[in-house]
Amino acid sequence: MAYEITLLTTMAISILFALSLNFISGFCGQISLGHAAFLGTGAYASAMLTKSSIPFLLTLPVAAIIAGFFGFLIGLASLRVRHDFLAITTMGVGFLFVGIVRKQDFLGGELGMAGIPSPDMSRESFMVFCIILAVIFAVFSLYIRRSWMGFVFESIADNEDVTRILGIDASRFKLAAFVIGTAVAGIAGALYAHHFRYIGPDSFGFVQSVSVLAMVIVGGVGSVWGVAFAAAVLSILPLLVQFIDDYKLLFYSALLFAMMRFAPDGVAGIVQRIFGFARRGS
Amino acid sequence: MLYLELFIQGLVQGSIYGLIALGLTLVYGLLRILHVAHAALFTLGGYIGVVVTNTTGSFPLAIVVAMVAVGLVGMAVYKLAYEPLLHRPPYIALIASIALFIASEEIFRIVFGPFGLSYIDPPLQGQIEIFAGFRLKYGEILVMGIAIVMLSALAWLSAKTRTGIAWRATVTDPEMAAAFGINIQNVRYLNFFIASALAAVAGVLVALLNNLVEPTMGSVPSYKALAIIVLGGLGSIRGTLVASLALGIIESFGTIYVGHLLDRDALAFAFLILILMVRPQGLLGGK
Repeated sequence: MAYEITLLTTMAISILFALSLNFISGFCGQISLGHAAFLGTGAYASAMLTKSSIPFLLTLPVAAIIAGFFGFLIGLASLRVRHDFLAITTMGVGFLFVGIVRKQDFLGGELGMAGIPSPDMSRESFMVFCIILAVIFAVFSLYIRRSWMGFVFESIADNEDVTRILGIDASRFKLAAFVIGTAVAGIAGALYAHHFRYIGPDSFGFVQSVSVLAMVIVGGVGSVWGVAFAAAVLSILPLLVQFIDDYKLLFYSALLFAMMRFAPDGVAGIVQRIFGFARRGS
Repeated sequence: MLYLELFIQGLVQGSIYGLIALGLTLVYGLLRILHVAHAALFTLGGYIGVVVTNTTGSFPLAIVVAMVAVGLVGMAVYKLAYEPLLHRPPYIALIASIALFIASEEIFRIVFGPFGLSYIDPPLQGQIEIFAGFRLKYGEILVMGIAIVMLSALAWLSAKTRTGIAWRATVTDPEMAAAFGINIQNVRYLNFFIASALAAVAGVLVALLNNLVEPTMGSVPSYKALAIIVLGGLGSIRGTLVASLALGIIESFGTIYVGHLLDRDALAFAFLILILMVRPQGLLGGK
């Protein structure tokens, strides 16, 4: 039973994390290659606080605020640079985060932080807590997508210049997407830190940023259910294919490549093709 | 004296970056694809270089074989991976490229083993005293020399030959070029061949400088080369070269003076972000 609980908790955290990126990259069309930095910001912030014996639940809002603040800064950057330039800038932010954390002794440097206290609840309730947060954010995402804000996001993703011509303050909406997305990533980070109880700079590197973007794209950019499904499968896939141990990463990357090559619309696209639904908004 | 040594080290590193990033910029200029897997071809070049040198004993032969073989592989990568994705949004090709890169690293590890290969009898190991107390390794001279030769050859090719002119025309306006009877497909193949061959040379040279090739030797250059071409203003060849040399020199001084705050890779990206915020179009970018 303990194994299943760990698995489900990991899954819920991944779903929350992937949905947070979906908010930025899926809804608003701002590709980010450094999203793991915000998971890391939340994780380090929350772990530092619980290690100085502040209750776990109180650290969640703090993690969200700190990650959201950094997300706001990246959002400002996204107003300066677009498309490929933004992808590379966010990638740079990811490397910068890892590079800085590595050199800070109070964050544990290369070795990372071990001995993070367990959250003040049983493993079962922690699992339920993570699942509830993931569900709440999924519902919130669905709600936003149908709101005025969601329409603006879609229009920015489609064509930012036209959105501006329509008299919509696209900058404000982009900033909102970045702040909400990164703040939620910060919360996911706090959960991550107290689930694994060890964090290091390599837990939040480029590979993690790519993996989470892969979840969003494999799921189908912008589709809440697709992304949640892809996050659930891809997060536990490495555990399920333990038996091919040495070829794990090869399998994972080959799968990702095949997906991009043959079904770039992701799981949501495949489902839509099978059931012949009209494509939403296209 | 320390300054001069740091400066030369920066130039050597910058030349390597230049050889890698130039290929990347060629691909971007033509197809608007951020070709992360380019660094896998760089690693492949290094492996071929070491294997050929060790079996035949000839280092120049190794460079030629690596260039041709990797050039062909590069063309295959275009044909199999990128061509079908050209009409998709650019991030699809980017993710495909990253996946391809990770897969290649794994294949190198599985085929050649995790610990890497070395030259049995490393060529060009001596050093020469330029003036009192200041020495340069032959390898370092070779790196700068080859970079200059390759880049001059490329400049000559693109400025003076019909093929080069067709190539530049295609980069500027593919549709117009096609209307003038240029075979776009051939230009793309040529583009990938040259870009990959340059990466292969860089791989052989890095293998020589470190006397080691390992599966992960492409990781750092792959992302850094992206930073470089963005700095250079995406698609600008001159900008890419300036950015490569600048980054080589900045890293070499930076690791001495701010190394306790940031590691080498973070330094490159800090520089990148700083420049982009001031000049969003890159150092020498137009628009």
